[in-house]
Amino acid sequence: MLLVFVLATGIAAVWLRNLLASAMLLGIYSLLMAALWVVLDAVDVAFTEAAVGAGLTTALMLFAIWLTGRQEKPPVRKPWFPLAGALITGGLLIFGTIDMPKFGDPQAPAQVHVAPYYLENAEAQTGVPNVVTSVLASYRGFDTLGEVTVVFTAGMGVVVLLGGLRRRRRTDET
Amino acid sequence: MKDYFVLRVMAKLLIPFILLFGFYVQMHGDYGPGGGFQAGVIIAAALILYAIVFDVGPARRVAPMWMLVALSCIGVLLYASVGVATMMAGGQFLEYGVLAHDPAHGNHLGILIIEIGVGVAVAAAMLMIYFSFAGRR
Repeated sequence: MLLVFVLATGIAAVWLRNLLASAMLLGIYSLLMAALWVVLDAVDVAFTEAAVGAGLTTALMLFAIWLTGRQEKPPVRKPWFPLAGALITGGLLIFGTIDMPKFGDPQAPAQVHVAPYYLENAEAQTGVPNVVTSVLASYRGFDTLGEVTVVFTAGMGVVVLLGGLRRRRRTDET
Repeated sequence: MKDYFVLRVMAKLLIPFILLFGFYVQMHGDYGPGGGFQAGVIIAAALILYAIVFDVGPARRVAPMWMLVALSCIGVLLYASVGVATMMAGGQFLEYGVLAHDPAHGNHLGILIIEIGVGVAVAAAMLMIYFSFAGRR
């Protein structure tokens, strides 16, 4: 049921020419995805999706629309080629999922590699009851440092591109 | 949007609680869902809500751009310096166990500190992006 709603909002967001409505639909899409993550017992991911996807990204997109314009330009020609590309890629991805182990299969490679080790030892080794946090911050600490650097670089990139610092200085001088 | 009475009152009412929730998520990330990334975004969202409902000007005075740039640098450097500190203490990079006598305590401490670094860096970066957008007009 949730998946149907996710699909419907996703398609509608692409279909609509009104970008304001599209941005709002993408916000709803993210909220539905967050609900889906909760159903799949991934509360940390759901939290992130709700905060970043439904909250902040929507606000940023609304601001981008406010700066540019509300209506999408009509396309110059029919997008048959991109549509075929998307369909073929999607079909291949779905074909790839056929070989995947069933959801929650105890013999799946993801469940037998390091996951049991983390689940058994994380609390004793790190003193942190939330396994997700201990994996994210301790076992995979170096990855997370990289992620923070990515966020930092993104912020710096936007500031440099949109000239937040220089503009302020110039207005101070004049 | 300052002319809308309902929006103004509701935003004023909600913002302290959003900020408080952000700090709760930050410090409670090791017991429940959440952590630095989520907390940073929530704290940034509180300020962005303020800037949308009231005005960008006062929000910018609370968090001027140079401060945000400095804060995001401090966040990343705090994370990395924990790694350097563990190396100084005789461990490997980001091996928190050496920070305290008991490896589990050291790990807990290290995770708390790097989560604060993550939260500060993410909140500052999000606000930087928002303010550069909002300052275009």
